[in-house]
Formats: sequence, structure tokens, C-alpha cells
Amino acid sequence: MDKKIAISVDNVSKDFRLPHERVDSIKSLFVNPFKSRGEVKVQHALSNISFDVKKGEFFGIVGRNGSGKSTLLKVIAGIYQPTDGKILVNGRLVPFIELGVGFNPELTGFENVFLNGALMGFTDKEIKEKYEDIVKFAELQDFMDQKLKNYSSGMQVRLAFSVATILAESDILLIDEVLAVGDADFQRKCFSYFKKLKKENKTVLFVSHDMNAIREYCDKVVVIEENEIIFSGSSSDAAKEYTKLLSPDTYDQENAIVHAANRSKKEGKWGVGGVDINNLKTNNKLYKESDSYIEIYYQISPEENFDDKVIPGITIKNEKGESVCGTNTEILSMSKMHIKDKTIGTTWKVPNIFNEGIYFIEPAVISGTSRQTLQWWNDAISFRVINSKSSPHQVAPDISVKQDTVA
Amino acid sequence: MIKKMTDLKTEYRYPTILLKQLVITDFKLRYKGSALGYVWTLLRPLALFAVLYVVFAQLLRFGSDIPHFAVYLLLGVVLWNYFVEVTSNGLSAIVGRGDLMRKLYFPRYVIVLSGSFSALINLLINLLVVGVFMTISGVEITVGILWIIPLIFELFIFALSIAFLLGALYVKFRDINYIWEVILQAGFYATPIIYPISMVISISPMAAKIMLLSPVAQTIQDIRYFVITPETITISSLYSNTAMHLIPIGMVAIVTAVGVLYFKKRAPSFAEEV
Repeated sequence: MDKKIAISVDNVSKDFRLPHERVDSIKSLFVNPFKSRGEVKVQHALSNISFDVKKGEFFGIVGRNGSGKSTLLKVIAGIYQPTDGKILVNGRLVPFIELGVGFNPELTGFENVFLNGALMGFTDKEIKEKYEDIVKFAELQDFMDQKLKNYSSGMQVRLAFSVATILAESDILLIDEVLAVGDADFQRKCFSYFKKLKKENKTVLFVSHDMNAIREYCDKVVVIEENEIIFSGSSSDAAKEYTKLLSPDTYDQENAIVHAANRSKKEGKWGVGGVDINNLKTNNKLYKESDSYIEIYYQISPEENFDDKVIPGITIKNEKGESVCGTNTEILSMSKMHIKDKTIGTTWKVPNIFNEGIYFIEPAVISGTSRQTLQWWNDAISFRVINSKSSPHQVAPDISVKQDTVA
Repeated sequence: MIKKMTDLKTEYRYPTILLKQLVITDFKLRYKGSALGYVWTLLRPLALFAVLYVVFAQLLRFGSDIPHFAVYLLLGVVLWNYFVEVTSNGLSAIVGRGDLMRKLYFPRYVIVLSGSFSALINLLINLLVVGVFMTISGVEITVGILWIIPLIFELFIFALSIAFLLGALYVKFRDINYIWEVILQAGFYATPIIYPISMVISISPMAAKIMLLSPVAQTIQDIRYFVITPETITISSLYSNTAMHLIPIGMVAIVTAVGVLYFKKRAPSFAEEV
């Protein structure tokens, strides 16, 4: 095997045999021993997949839900046996199919670190050396002696992520997209971890349908559709290929899922009160390059006895939770509206300068006199943008350029 | 040769780390939340022993011809429980850890092994209790007691092989656990644990001869012979032929071969079937 190759996938196929009537009890064997029980439905999960991952490469696998990408990851991790073909791995491989594998709620945080570490193949000694770092990174110094069942789900994820990222300094990492799900804060941590991996030249096999992450980190990408590789090449070309596969319908569906995942953590409105933001909507859910504006509308309803001048505003954040842009009526040098008894409506027209991805809108209302936040609505609503000219920067405004030869 | 050794070391590095951690975890979790904790490891067989002793030795007058019958009975119960624990742990090991199998690759046999090692630790603790009772009862200890090591090893291998077989079968046939429960129940009475084998001989010498061919009965009787009293009837004394040992040992070998081969064949597809 070539020393520069980290993972070689050679003509791999995987079939799942799904019996129509599962023989789960011995009785059925005895009752009808001669009747053919061979009514097996063969489901092809992967067909003739071949590719090589070079050492130090950040390699992406993209595909829609059900295309077979997670099966491929499991075959490479050795969890499933390929029906056909060969997989060679050159070096120590650590899979992150899921965080916190084997975590036991009855054990303390301390004990779980060692259990989870052992499942990833690390000795007590190796874990002890890095234990302090793990706890520090997870910010759980005061909780390590508590049972895991007394942790909040956020704390559990932090611990699991911390163990995985600090411990697993192996040569090859398999990372499933599940890693990148979570609240904005957690996603930021994930992405800075990816940056670190990239800087350290680790070999990473990354499965996702988040094209932004793929474009930003991956050197090479394969696109899987209907169990087969339909494209293999640079990440920007793969992104184009992948976008073609998606109809607006699927976008909406996936949008909803991601949105729900993001919302679960930091849902809600906060502030000192007095007004309520409602009837928030965008003129569309999905924006293409041909859409030049994103129109946002929301209403501000005063509570009883409210009598004040207000500054409404919006902030637009990307999937990582970074503010991309935003404004309010003060920045725009508009007069502060006085609210009493009556609901007012605001309409915002934002030029479509966005990179491909999902964005979250956060409306907010600030008091014009006390400058207190009356109400702020975290991750209130989302929209999706498709843009074939996406750049690795925060935004992608239509920048023009002129090139001349200077004599 | 040296290279071979390091190869072996890397090959078994992961299974060893995992096995150790799983056994420790199992031990920690076993009595979590119970007030008496590990004391139950001792209390459970002792309680069972107390019941059996009162019913069979005191009321029904079993074993009046056997010296130190109380310890004799306790030792039998402890060894039988060990056999039950290894096989039952093994039976549910693969299915019970299905979540792990689907998310991680590791040598599947480690899961079955860890259950059996936990049982082995329990056995050692229980044997200490037996030791205490032996001292109280005034049992004479001879060098022959060392035979306990190969005999427990034989019982361990037999139970472990059954555990491998059952664990792999259970993935496909979910009736196995009920069947095995019945077999264990029957086995408890078909093995001379609570009654002395001499009672069976007086009714049917043939039945006694067949009973002692079982590796479990053979090892229990042999261990009692070396540990408690040489008056114990073993397979050698019953047949007046030491070579008869080859039959239960042969059975162990066959079950081991079947269990290990079947497990090896099935292991790659556990993740998708479990």
C-alpha cells in the first residue's frame, strides 16, 4: 500500500438483507421447516464505491439523507462488513459516529471520561495525562464527581465533545455530521476544532450535507447519490453538483430540521419587557441568486400602560451563530417611534449579499429613552440561501472587477 | 520472534484496554444505589445457602453421611451460581450492548468476556466466604486444594463457550433466553448440588453415572473432593476409572469449538442484526 494513502476504499459494496418475515422465534423454524424462508429483500446501500484518502487530507463525503453516506462511514469504521470490496486503513483511526458513546448516567463525569476513552482505545494512563485539559475545555471543573444523570444535556455534550477532541489525537478521524449539530455556541467550538485539525494536517474524513463546512474545510469531496459516487473533485465543484440534486422542497425540509435543532437550545424572547415582537415572517423561505432582497416583517405590540419611544432592529446570524449583518432605526438615523396602545409594523429589506447556507433572524426592540433591551428574540426565524458564487467570507456581495494590462 | 511479540501486543492492546474498563464499570454499576452495595455479592449466595440448608439438610436430613455437609452444600451453590452467571451474562451481552455495536468497532468477544470476568471476580469473593466457613467447620486443608485452579478453569471455559454460543444465537433467536432459563432450572436439580449423589446411586446407579458425565457436575464433585472431603463421590470413584474424566473434558472441548466457531462466524454481522 502506498505510504501516502491513509484510507483506501476499493470497489466497496454493501447490501442489507431484509427478511420480509424475520425468523425471530425457533417455533417458526419447527412449524414450517421446509417452507422457503428465503424471501429476503436485498437493499443496496452502497454500490462499487472507490476512492483514496491521502494523508493530511480533509476529505468530504456529501450526499442527501438516505444516500448511503453514513453507511459508508460505518463500513470504513469497521462497524459493518462490506459485502464486496476492500478497505485498507493506514494508521490509527478514531470514529466519531456519535459523541459520548457508552456514557452511563449512573457513573460520575470522572468515571465516564475513562469509560468513553477506553472505548476509543486509550489507556488509563493516556487519559490521566490529559484529564485536566479535558475538564478545563468542557468547563465542568465543579461537576466531575457528580453522576452524569444530574448533568444537563448541554453539559453532557460538552463533556463528550471535550473527551473526543482532546483525547483523540490519532492519525485519522472519521467525523459524522452529528458533530456539527447543536446550538450556535457549540457549533463555533466544532468549527474551531476543525480549523485546528486542518492546521495540524490530520487526515479527516468528514460526512455532511452542510455545504458551507464542506467548502471551507475540505480539500477533496465525493458526492454520493443513490448509493453511488456521482462526483469526485474539488469542494467548490462538488458544491455545485450537490446543489443541482436539491429541489427547493428538500431544502425546506432540511431547513426545518436544522432550525429545530438550533432552536431547542436557546429558544425564546428575553428582555425587560413592555413590548412583544410577533407576526414575524419573511417573504420567502428559500432565496436564490435571482432574488435581490430578503424582506422581513414583524410587529411590535405594547403591553398595557406602555408609553415610550422605541428603536426596533434586526440581526442576521449564520449557522455558526456569528452575526453577519444587522441594523436598527437609530443606525439608519430615523426618528424614534412612540408606542402607546397601538401595534406597529416594521418591514425590512435586506439586499441578498449572502453566501449559501442557513441564516437566522433575530428581531429586537430597544427603549429609546432608557436604552434597555425591551425584547430580543433569539434565532426567531430562519431562511436559506442558494448561491453558486459563494465565497469563504462572511458575505458574498456582488463585487465587480476590471482587469487591465498596464503598459 | 521479537517482532511477533510486539505484533501481538498491538493486536490485543485495544481489547485489553476495553476489557479492563468494561469489567471495572460493570463492577461499579452492579450495586449502585443499593444500601448494602458489594455486601450483596456475599449476602445473595449466603441467603440462598441458608434456605437450602434449613430445608434440605435440617428438615429433610440430606447429607447426614457427608462430613461438613454445610460447607459442601455452600461450595456447590457458589459454583453453580457462577455457571449461571457466566452463561446468563453471555446470553444477553451482545443484544444488551447493541447501541455500542452500532456506533463503534471493537472485537465483539470482549463484551462476552467482560461479563464472564465480572462473574469470575464474584466467584473469587464467594470462595473467600467458603474459606471462612471451612475454617469454622474445621475442614482439613491439604495440598490437593490446588487442584481447584485447573478445575475452575475447566468450568470457566465450559461456561464461557456456552456464553459465546448463546450470545450469538440470541441475536437471531429471541426465544433462547426462555429456553435457557428452563434448562438452568432443570440443570440445578439434575446436578448433585443440594442432595448428595449417593442418594441417586441408591435409587439408580445408572442415572448417577450419567449425571456425573456433565462437566458441571464433574467439576463440582471434583472440587468438593479436593477441598472439603475425600469421601465425595467423583466421576473417577463412581466408574473406578480416572480416564472417565476424558468424557466431560471432551464435551468441554466440543462445546468450546462449536461456541467459538459459531460466534466468530456471526460476529461481523452483529451490528446490523442486533
